[in-house]
Amino acid sequence: MSKYKLTHLKELEAESIYVLREVAAQFEHPALLFSGGKDSIVVTHLAYKAFYPVKIPFPLVHIDTGHNFAETIAYRDALVKSLGATLIVGSVQESIDAGRVKEETGYYASRNKLQTVTLLDTIEKYKFDAAIGGARRDEEKARAKERFFSHRDEFGQWNPKNQRPELWNIFNGKKNIGEHFRVFPISNWTEMDVWQYIYQERIEMPNIYFTHEREVFLRDGQWLAAEFCMTLKPNEKTEVRQVRCRTIGDISCTGLTLSKANTLEDIIDEIAATRVTERGGRADDKRSETAMEDRKIAGYF
Amino acid sequence: MDKGYLNMELLRFTTAGSVDDGKSTLIGRLLYDSKSIFEDQLEAVETASRRSGNEEVNLALLTDGLRSEREQGITIDVAYRYFATPKRKFIIADTPGHIQYTRNMVTGASTADLAIILIDARNGVLEQTLRHSYIASLLGIPHIAVCINKMDLMDFSEKTYESIKREYCKTVVEKLALANVRFIPISAKLGDNVVSKSENMLWYKGQTLMELLESTPIDHKQSMSEMRFPVQYVIRPISDKFHDFRGYAGRLSGGVLKKGDAVIIFPSGQRSVVTTIMQCENELAEAFTPDSITVQLADNIDVSRGDILVSENELPVTGQDVTMMVCWFNERPLYVRNKYIILHMTRETVGIVKSINNLVNISTLEAEAGGDMLKMNDIASITIKTAQPLVFDPYEKNRTTGSLILVDPDTFETVGAGMIYR
Repeated sequence: MSKYKLTHLKELEAESIYVLREVAAQFEHPALLFSGGKDSIVVTHLAYKAFYPVKIPFPLVHIDTGHNFAETIAYRDALVKSLGATLIVGSVQESIDAGRVKEETGYYASRNKLQTVTLLDTIEKYKFDAAIGGARRDEEKARAKERFFSHRDEFGQWNPKNQRPELWNIFNGKKNIGEHFRVFPISNWTEMDVWQYIYQERIEMPNIYFTHEREVFLRDGQWLAAEFCMTLKPNEKTEVRQVRCRTIGDISCTGLTLSKANTLEDIIDEIAATRVTERGGRADDKRSETAMEDRKIAGYF
Repeated sequence: MDKGYLNMELLRFTTAGSVDDGKSTLIGRLLYDSKSIFEDQLEAVETASRRSGNEEVNLALLTDGLRSEREQGITIDVAYRYFATPKRKFIIADTPGHIQYTRNMVTGASTADLAIILIDARNGVLEQTLRHSYIASLLGIPHIAVCINKMDLMDFSEKTYESIKREYCKTVVEKLALANVRFIPISAKLGDNVVSKSENMLWYKGQTLMELLESTPIDHKQSMSEMRFPVQYVIRPISDKFHDFRGYAGRLSGGVLKKGDAVIIFPSGQRSVVTTIMQCENELAEAFTPDSITVQLADNIDVSRGDILVSENELPVTGQDVTMMVCWFNERPLYVRNKYIILHMTRETVGIVKSINNLVNISTLEAEAGGDMLKMNDIASITIKTAQPLVFDPYEKNRTTGSLILVDPDTFETVGAGMIYR
């Protein structure tokens, strides 16, 4: 009997592949939102497995803030090439130039929030009816109540009080014209599951997830990269430290971890011992207690 | 690195209870004692507790995610929580217990392997205890853990525990014909018998809640039952390398499928043989429920999404007049003769409500005569007639092939959940 038991990673994988195939079956123009972070890398890997030997039957969409780590872009381009996938880039810089959004100013300026407009514009331009993302329910309290198939009205907005009940493994992707869905195939995964799976599947990762020397500075107890898009306060000094990224967003909101983790095993050990959530390093979530809920309602990832 | 982490099992459980039962405290306790709460989360909860005037850290704030829930101090929606011990990974579907949120309880229960039913030791078995237990049994949750909470307020009395246990057996277990019920006296607030054994209840010789969660057998009824493989998506590469490839992708919903197995395709009734079972590049000799696979057949026959491959041994039921228990989810009532979109596994069809056979009073569990409409949160037996035949097993045999949802054809909202019995 015990022969027929799936490990938790296999069961999570089977569930996510099922969700991805439902997207391909139920929608006409799906897209996979690819950020270059570990979660979207795992979703892309799952999509490869779900449709093999056919190529992933939808494009990868990258909402580019223009404030990316160079490693992220290099990794993205190499991945797209090896999969033979289509890449569509939505540019926040273009949204700024066109006057669709106004760039934030000051030391805490970030393009993170501006992405929402570029994302919704891109969805509309290409008539995407389902946007697949790598969000997980364990990341943040508003995400704990998110559905696998999350309905968005014609303004791209999320209505947390009127979500469709989701039972068994039946997913209702029916919608009116102009509405779309966000789909989260790895909803039930935790940060630990993601790294264990990357280890199990030997998925190649961008090197900024591993320890490296970088010029950084400390702000509000958090290490940030001293990159082109960051403005230092007069009292802030840069120094070179051994760091790695625990999550990757755009540079302005990605906190770096002081770490010597050099391999996937090291990273898994480090996460097992850590006492702070991964989004604890994300400046965008610290803006208020319901920062994520507010952004999600507006149409954020 | 401990490689054991890669080889854990997954247990999904649900908790039903209202704020007063200490449900949120229990979940907070499980997360806290299993070291699944991180420093920044705890900090955020401490800040929020102070802001809302709580003297102690309110662990319930960990589980109440949405702004309106925090403002009202109640849980409205199903929240999913995750934690792991060195033995297992757990997914909690945390659902509100109030009668007006029956639909959320049903949603959370639909995928659970185990249900925790909380009883306040001061109050004993209440109407809501019966209701929560009924929903657990209706949704076919294989294991029930009855936690008799707040034992600290009853001087950790064995007599109190025994009398509540007897009462539950008499009023609930017998009425619902429940199997696999376990009882644990706990204090979620102080941690007694949640993760660590109670020093205050040495008379209790059983497992702690955590020990029970770590050792409950994960239900394999579905993988031991007859083979069921609903076709989700057809994979047809247009490439020289895979010229004749025609793969049927899907997730096994019952039993085991082996290479070389003879299968019947429903509803057409055609027969074929499985030539390959694939999982990406890997060819498998066999696969089992609930794995996602791609299957190729020996014969070039017409199979598409919505069809189901089954073993020859025990055939599913095929029918257009389908009777089920339904839980109604929407403010727009269900009326007899209304039409709904039916989503059943990977098949979509239309159904018309022929009759409401009876209505369950979920407070007393008495069956009442069915009228011609159902309101939100009602649970009833209904019969529908479908445009195309449904291929199903009774829900008590298979939770996947025996379940369906009803979708409003005007709003496309999911308005009801059905558990088919014939």
